[in-house]
Amino acid sequence: MSVEVRIPTILRPYTGGEKNVSAEGATLAELITDLESRYAGLQERLVDEQGLRRFVNVYLNDEDVRFLGGLETELSDGDSVTILPAVAGG
Amino acid sequence: MRYDSLLDSVGNTPLVGLPRLSPSPDVRLWAKLEDRNPTGSVKDRAALAMIEQAERDGVLTPGCTILEPTSGNTGISLAMAARLKGYRLVCVMPENTSAERTQLLRMWGAEVVYSPGAGGSNEAVRVARRMAEEHPDWVMLYQYGNPANAGAHYATTGPEILADLPTITHFVAGLGTTGTLMGVGRYLREHKPDVQIVAAEPRYGELVYGLRNLDEGFVPELYDPSVLTTRYSVGPRDALKRVRELLDNEGIFAGVSTGAILHAALGLANKAVKAGEPADIAFIVCDGGWKYLSTGAYEGTLDDAEERLEGTVWA
Repeated sequence: MSVEVRIPTILRPYTGGEKNVSAEGATLAELITDLESRYAGLQERLVDEQGLRRFVNVYLNDEDVRFLGGLETELSDGDSVTILPAVAGG
Repeated sequence: MRYDSLLDSVGNTPLVGLPRLSPSPDVRLWAKLEDRNPTGSVKDRAALAMIEQAERDGVLTPGCTILEPTSGNTGISLAMAARLKGYRLVCVMPENTSAERTQLLRMWGAEVVYSPGAGGSNEAVRVARRMAEEHPDWVMLYQYGNPANAGAHYATTGPEILADLPTITHFVAGLGTTGTLMGVGRYLREHKPDVQIVAAEPRYGELVYGLRNLDEGFVPELYDPSVLTTRYSVGPRDALKRVRELLDNEGIFAGVSTGAILHAALGLANKAVKAGEPADIAFIVCDGGWKYLSTGAYEGTLDDAEERLEGTVWA
């Protein structure tokens, strides 16, 4: 089981500059733990004690995980996860 | 329909069906044509409401200077209202927005200050806040945190949609200041508790997200996620594809951000078809396509058009 994760520019120093990386996990929390095992320091940038950090948005197949199950959102083989900083519009 | 002045004619826009893009007679899409407002965008509602609230509060008095961070449409709406009401307007806008936006702002008499393109509207907010400190007598209406923004949609857009479409099941709009979704969403939920309120958020190129620390991100003060059912991120390719489909199939010439909203609306429509459930899905046409002609969004291949939008704030 493998999930593609899109990494924003700001976090690429952790992935050796890689834009897309593969990771595994039955939930988003497990996926982030798996990412941390290979890209140390990434987890801390994404989550704190309360869950996902305020200015970090994570999308599962383009849907905001905060409206799915948050860190407990279940993942399936072939899913795509996108991490983005929160920006303004208007 | 007769109005005493242009400002009085804001709102009361048509809701039109999309017989060709709707997947079935039971699952229908409806477009709220906000490009029919005086300056051609949905932002006329919020801009006018914010100015009139500030006047009522005594914050905005004759001769005042208004300052606003904007990626364009709110600035254009404010410029029109400020001109008619006799205020000076200074807009802070990211440098990577379409050329027409600057032209329109200046036509209505606004002064434009550019913020760096990297960082998009976040940077415009930062620059405007700095300028507000330097000019304490200027009035920043601050669309991202001004309750009159969402209030305008609660008072007008929401009731208009429900009156025209009492059977509404879904409402879809773009997520920028969040004003439209918060205002319409709250109004509809009060009257149709089961209605789904869905956000379509534009996903820009990498430049726009900037290279600063993640802790310096931005979430508008107006945003209350409990109003939303869910939120989708839509990239430029899907937005361009859908905005062209809207033109080709229904004859509606809309701006690129409307393509992103239509993409989310069609996704919901397809879900309803699969589930065998009837649906009446209303979505916002934020503005017409005129301001985006110079971006090449409507011509050539999707690949070329997508490349041309890279690095710009297209919604």
